[in-house]
Amino acid sequence: MAMAIRSFLICLFILSLTVPTFSLHEDQVGLMDWHQKYIGKVKHAVFQTQKTGRKRVLVSTEENVIASLDLRHGEIFWRHVLGANDAIDGIDTAMTKYAITLSSGGSILRAWNLPDGQMVWECFLQGPSDSKSLLFVPTSSKVDKDNTILVFGKGSLHAVSSIHGEIVWKIDFPSESFEVQEVIQHHDGNTIYVVGFVGSSQFDVYQINAKNGELLKHNSAAIDGGFSGEVSLVSTAKLVVLDAARSTLLTISFQRGEISFQKTYISDLVEDFSGMAVILPSKLTGLFAVKTSTATAFISVSSEGKLEVVDKIMHPTFISNALSISEDQQAFALVWHGDNDIHLNVKQVHDWNSDLLKERIKLDQQRGLVHKVFINNYVRTDKSHGFRALIVMEDHSLLLLQQGKVVWSREDGLASIIGVATSELPVEKEGVSVAKVELNLFEWLKGHMLKVKGSLMLASAEDVAAIQGMRLKSSEKSKMIRDHNGFRKLLIVLTKSGKLFALHTGDGQIVWSLLLNSLRQTEACENPTGINVFQWQVPHHHAMDENPSVLVVGRCGTGTDALGIFSYIDTYTGKELKSFGLDHSVAQVIPLPLTDSTEQLLHLLIDANGQAHLYPRAPEAVSIFQRELSNIYWYSVEADKGLIKGHGLKSNCAGEVADNYCFGTREVWSIVFPSESEKIISTVTRKSNEVVHTQAKVIADQDVMYKYISKNLLFVATVSPKASGDIGSATPGESQLVVYVIDTVTGRILHRMTHHGSQGPVHAVFSENWIVYHYFNLRAHRYEMTVIEIYDQSRADNKDVLKLVLGKHNLSSPVSSYSRPEVTTKSQSYYFTHSIKAIAVTSTAKGITSRHLLIGTIGDQVLAMDKRFFDPRRSVNPTQSEKEEGILPLTDSLPIIPQSYVTHSLKVEGLRGIVTVPAKLESNTLVFTYGVDLFFTRLAPSRTYDSLTEDFSYALLLITIVALVVAIFVTWVLSEKKDLSDKWSKASPPKVCKIYLLPRMKMTDTVTVIWLIFLESLSHSSPSQGQSREHLCAASLPEAISSMTLFPLSPIIENSLTTTSMPQKKHRRSLAQHNFLPEENTNPWVSP
Amino acid sequence: MDKGKAVMGSGRRWAVDFTDNSTTPSSRDIPDPPGFYRASQEQDDSAVTKQKKDAEANWKSQKAWEVAQAPFKNLLMMGFMMWMAGNTVHLFSIGITFSALWQPIGALQGVGKVFEPYKDSKVDLLAPKLVFIALNLGGLALGIWKLNTLGLLPTHVSDWVSSLPPAKEVEYSGGGMPLR
Repeated sequence: MAMAIRSFLICLFILSLTVPTFSLHEDQVGLMDWHQKYIGKVKHAVFQTQKTGRKRVLVSTEENVIASLDLRHGEIFWRHVLGANDAIDGIDTAMTKYAITLSSGGSILRAWNLPDGQMVWECFLQGPSDSKSLLFVPTSSKVDKDNTILVFGKGSLHAVSSIHGEIVWKIDFPSESFEVQEVIQHHDGNTIYVVGFVGSSQFDVYQINAKNGELLKHNSAAIDGGFSGEVSLVSTAKLVVLDAARSTLLTISFQRGEISFQKTYISDLVEDFSGMAVILPSKLTGLFAVKTSTATAFISVSSEGKLEVVDKIMHPTFISNALSISEDQQAFALVWHGDNDIHLNVKQVHDWNSDLLKERIKLDQQRGLVHKVFINNYVRTDKSHGFRALIVMEDHSLLLLQQGKVVWSREDGLASIIGVATSELPVEKEGVSVAKVELNLFEWLKGHMLKVKGSLMLASAEDVAAIQGMRLKSSEKSKMIRDHNGFRKLLIVLTKSGKLFALHTGDGQIVWSLLLNSLRQTEACENPTGINVFQWQVPHHHAMDENPSVLVVGRCGTGTDALGIFSYIDTYTGKELKSFGLDHSVAQVIPLPLTDSTEQLLHLLIDANGQAHLYPRAPEAVSIFQRELSNIYWYSVEADKGLIKGHGLKSNCAGEVADNYCFGTREVWSIVFPSESEKIISTVTRKSNEVVHTQAKVIADQDVMYKYISKNLLFVATVSPKASGDIGSATPGESQLVVYVIDTVTGRILHRMTHHGSQGPVHAVFSENWIVYHYFNLRAHRYEMTVIEIYDQSRADNKDVLKLVLGKHNLSSPVSSYSRPEVTTKSQSYYFTHSIKAIAVTSTAKGITSRHLLIGTIGDQVLAMDKRFFDPRRSVNPTQSEKEEGILPLTDSLPIIPQSYVTHSLKVEGLRGIVTVPAKLESNTLVFTYGVDLFFTRLAPSRTYDSLTEDFSYALLLITIVALVVAIFVTWVLSEKKDLSDKWSKASPPKVCKIYLLPRMKMTDTVTVIWLIFLESLSHSSPSQGQSREHLCAASLPEAISSMTLFPLSPIIENSLTTTSMPQKKHRRSLAQHNFLPEENTNPWVSP
Repeated sequence: MDKGKAVMGSGRRWAVDFTDNSTTPSSRDIPDPPGFYRASQEQDDSAVTKQKKDAEANWKSQKAWEVAQAPFKNLLMMGFMMWMAGNTVHLFSIGITFSALWQPIGALQGVGKVFEPYKDSKVDLLAPKLVFIALNLGGLALGIWKLNTLGLLPTHVSDWVSSLPPAKEVEYSGGGMPLR
């Protein structure tokens, strides 16, 4: 066994003599990987349909993406993902050729070329204070004229030239807390009004010269009662706001700078009003919408300021901004839900009763409510107006509605994944024949013939295209059943919107999706957020008839003390099995390595008070848990206090109500980091489901090092508080990075190392017995990566082969952290070129395959690096045996091999996480990378040593075998024939006529032989002459005999023939010695 | 059969055979001449055969020793080949090593057969056999040694622990930063 493993390892070593790379061939792209592009939840949308040509819509999203989408199919024309801290505040178009974005809290203004998305200019705006930001592109500036863009941001108003992005003028407002609500351009185009609030009770109007930014006039007025929230601009000189109590509407008119107020109680307008009201943000002339707890009221404002309710809609309603469809006509869209359908009405602003469009659209129930509506019009062939509406749904998906249908939809919720779990697909059931899914035999054969052609370089261009198409849409990879190699799985992803998606690993299709009701806004739970998704039930041994399920944990609200939400989802059907609110908060979810009889994983939830709650709530789970109670610990990291605490569990908790599923905790240990010198910035543990094949590491000369493999290790990185900011905020002298490896059961610090002059951010990965982390070295001005390997010194003396053979060792007996095993660590650092966003490690089913680090680079790509580059035993000149072991010579920086980018030419925009899942086939691992985009691929870190590659041509093999068998058979037959004809061609035809003499001789045994040979030769010769044997005529007997010399018996025949003429005793003996003739005396010529 | 041919070739019609080997006078028509003692001749004969037999036994034992020592040459050659093959695992060295293992094993299996032609009641085959076996065992040992130097024998600690799974841990601990 060991020998087999060794020889296997040696083979592996031979294979791995060259540093393996993952380079793909161009035609292999898309075979094992898929890539999906998303943009996130749309915040703003601007249609571009004025010009003929391609109709597009420009959108900005909450994932800080600005994109131009094709209105026909919803595809992305171009897209830019701004940084995570560069939130987009507003978008608009200017001069019909630029897209203008305002981002980063009103401090960065950019112009992008509309057709191709190239950035034209960028402008940094500075101001005295942080404030709300507002982008205002005057309508006159939208046409092709040099005009200014007005931007309010950082507390001041800027006018920026839309051609070059230069700041034309800038106004700092006298009162610092002035918040601009609206910028209104006067009809003449020379004056602009800026209205806003100072604090919550003063209303200000500034009149500014649009040409030079001169402040013309300033009026202000204070209102008792204050303002709150949203503003609705109902005309160029009139605003509607709510007072602080949200029960009174204030109509503010500021005609020519004169401010006047008018109060209207909502209860006067809406009869059964109670509680609070909200103004739906809109910009409709003479109309605004107020949402109360029961209904949405549409209120018109007359020019005199009189308010009048025009309609009330009882359903949740959303309105779009006004869209001018002609000189004097404005339309807006109104979307409301009713009877499980969506109602889209487009009305004229001035005439409530005129419906330009009234549609009812059936929608998938899993999309939830409408969150935003954007409308656009087009002119039909009969000159009437048609409307299309872009709606953003609760699950962040984007839909285009036109003519009562959903033209396209985008699942942009997938741009904001917060949790990933995996699930197996169902096993193949009886009755579900795989063959039915397969192509028929002929097509299969045809496909394989094409492949053979391809591999023999005979394929034409069309054939190549056909082969590629066939490979890409191979039905094999997207089947809905489990496969033998475990490549097909379901990725269960939880998105920020509270929607759960099941993605098929084969091609990335959405198998099912579920908008979790428990994570939707309700009366009881105002602001629910999802936390993560966990494996709940993984049936594989028992309970095979149960479907696997996942657990979604959420909480009501954003604070850590908000009550938790549980939801169980069947991963086969995508149905919610059960959901309930918890009576405690959720600070930690600890999946335990224990399962109950139905293979439900036991989970321990720690609440904000430090009490542990066991799930599932069943007596069986408690009894299982009680048995292990004394061996289960948990730790908490309080980064802001610089504290790590270890806790043990007590059998009951301190609550007033007796609860069998609640356990109290006791503090076991704590580590306090000095707050003046260390601040926790990163902690990493091993993945709890990681499988490690062996505890020994074989080093050069067959020596062994024992790895210290413990799941209870925590890697902690701290930096000096001064250096916790961005790179460059601290000098090398005052920044240091300290890393710890801590045993979380006993609180023992196994390793501590200080990197002077280094700082974070630290990205680390912990696997088996090693940790690799990435940080910035201020002295070297470079990023560095360091590896720490931990070895168990207490096992190192287990080196007696005989004991090991007899099994007399304690290497496999359970280990306790309290035994304080002696450990040694090895460490080495390397320079690394990139800054990174995420780091992960490949994981395989048995942990035999060597590991690769997956590094999400700043360029949103994933780089695979062999763990051999991170080996503390690397030295500048490795010895021969070390080289054989595979140790690479030490270099000061890590090489980046372009072929080892697993994302090849693609980018996973906004990369946030890398998840690796083992496939059933040991050599393979599945890698799922998510961010704004999704990317999935399959990797074989040590190459596929345990299976043939996917594109292996079985047909070619089969054909070769068949051809070989046929060839063998044919050549065998041919050679037989050839042999025979050779024999006959050497011999003259069998002239054995004289053998008729033979009967006259006494038929001795000798003659019998000749006779037999004669008969045999007859049977070979063609008796086509139609002559009987007796009449066959030939020259003479010697000739006949000489013709038979080819036969193996020939020498004997010669002898025996002599014997016939000279019957002598001696010869007879000599014949007998040949064991040919019988020994007994049957010779008629030998007389006694 | 040569004679037969000659006979046929010369075309002789008749022949008298003077060498009569029959021993019993009764079977003969003519009595032995006086002074001719068939017995003494027979005695002589037996001495000759004895001598012959001794010579044969000597020859046989000599041969047996030769056979017994034959593997030694083989051993030397094998050693040379192994030295040539080097210590890395590749096709050549594996082939050599396995042939070095296989040859002695085959020879040991056929010990009886090898010495069969020299079987004689007078020849002591035990010693040559033992030498033969010892030399072959030496060859086998050489092969095994080579196998070991190639690293294909589980004689190191690493061979026994390389697939040893990690020890189970008694305690379990989880947690981390509070979830956000």
